[in-house]
Amino acid sequence: MAKITYITHDNQKYEVEVQNGLTVMEGAVQNDIPGIDADCGGGMACATCHVYVKEDWFNKIPEKEDGEEDMLDMAFEPKTNSRLSCQIVVSDEIDGLEVNIPSKQA
Amino acid sequence: MIKTDALIIGAGPTGLFTAHQLKLIGLSCEVVDNLDKIGGQCIELYPDKPIYDIPAVPECTGEELTNNLINQLKPFDIKFHLSERVEEVKKENDNWLVKTNNGTSFSTPNVIIAGGVGSFEPRKFSPKECEKFENKSLFYSVKDKKIFTGKTVSIFGGGDSALDWAVELSKECSVNVIHRRDEFRGAQATIDKVHQLAKDGKINLFTQYQMASVKGDKNLESIDIKHDNNEIKNLKTDYVLGFFGLIMQLGPIANWGLNIDKKTIEVDTEKFETNQKGIYAVGDICNYPGKLKLILSGFHEGALAARACFKLARPNEKYRFEFTTSSKTIKERLGVKGD
Ligand SMILES: Cc1cc2nc3c(=O)[nH]c(=O)nc-3n(C[C@H](O)[C@H](O)[C@H](O)COP(=O)(O)OP(=O)(O)OC[C@H]3O[C@@H](n4cnc5c(N)ncnc54)[C@H](O)[C@@H]3O)c2cc1C
Ligand code: FES
Repeated sequence: MAKITYITHDNQKYEVEVQNGLTVMEGAVQNDIPGIDADCGGGMACATCHVYVKEDWFNKIPEKEDGEEDMLDMAFEPKTNSRLSCQIVVSDEIDGLEVNIPSKQA
Repeated sequence: MIKTDALIIGAGPTGLFTAHQLKLIGLSCEVVDNLDKIGGQCIELYPDKPIYDIPAVPECTGEELTNNLINQLKPFDIKFHLSERVEEVKKENDNWLVKTNNGTSFSTPNVIIAGGVGSFEPRKFSPKECEKFENKSLFYSVKDKKIFTGKTVSIFGGGDSALDWAVELSKECSVNVIHRRDEFRGAQATIDKVHQLAKDGKINLFTQYQMASVKGDKNLESIDIKHDNNEIKNLKTDYVLGFFGLIMQLGPIANWGLNIDKKTIEVDTEKFETNQKGIYAVGDICNYPGKLKLILSGFHEGALAARACFKLARPNEKYRFEFTTSSKTIKERLGVKGD
């Protein structure tokens, strides 16, 4: 289990416990957190699960794998701390992670 | 005005197999899709990825699945209206009047929505002002490259479309290429070509930059682009092209008076009918308790919706259940010899 904090663009905070093995995207969808569309269901094919990872966490979570950066090219307002939340797997190590949800996914 | 027994919205795997089912039971149908090609998510999002859970097909790619579905439709003459988006579905007497953005209209007792997660549309620039210039001096696809001759064109994106157009347009125009990072995702040969052209001064390359704003009153005059380190650069430009791939948007479907929850349409599990009589939803876009967003579920849903269409299209006939292996009528429709 890990506590994940999702912060929407209008500064609403959602703190939820997410089971290990699920993705940060699934944690948001299962808890009805607004702003993460995940149109392709985690297939790394839509970039509508885009989040910004707080700087101090960005280097602590497992790195991007092949293809994620390519998909991020298509995300809405990507930044250097952008990730696709369907590619971040929850584990004890990321307990306390904070992610910001962009104002739009497209 | 085209008259048909059923109109299918969406040419993804579900729409294709539903068309097959309709033709087998002797109904006419036409298919509309906003994409310029047949196949929905399978062809647009993952043509080369293997799928392992299509019944009786141990392994096939998104493109192979699409080609097989198209082949299965070969015996039938089905009209596909591609690059057209269905905008309006309206009741007219006992039929539905359906209109597309190209002005095609249909009159039909049955509308089958096989719209997936929505129609595929180009992803757009984020600054709001960009809309003002859209289709005038800012485009998401190229229809007539001649208008760019002798002008300055700023191309955004890092994939094949952006790079191919950069190479092509650099022959006749002054080209800026702007991309959010140093790496490109296109074919290696094209990437090399772009770097060579940049070296020769034929293309101005700006990496780690993104669109910040567009300037100009009536006509586009210049754009501001912003570096990752927040530095802003102003580029004079006549045209802007953005190539950020496609995204699925529910779009007009939301306005047809259907019960929609979280971008999906509620249906019953007998006919896959919506709250509107004669409008059905099948595949990824439909929702009912236990719904699985799998291709095989779409096939089942389409088969049942097709049978429901029969009732409204042939009110005076009774639907007869038949097997393809043994029915003479079906074999005639398929154009295969009886035994
Ligand atoms: C990366 C990835 C991997 C997948 N792997 C599998 C797998 O292994 N097995 C499996 O079973 N499923 C898999 N899926 C899911 C599968 O692709 C979908 O379930 C399937 O494509 C749904 O088919 P569909 O025909 O319902 O919709 P889609 O394939 O989404 O097609 C819908 C079509 O409707 C069109 N449309 C929508 N609205 C309009 C309108 N108003 N006017 C005109 N056209 C419109 C769209 O342009 C689109 O082409 C995967 C999906 C992804 C993204
Ligand atoms: S859910 Fe589509 S890329 Fe993450």
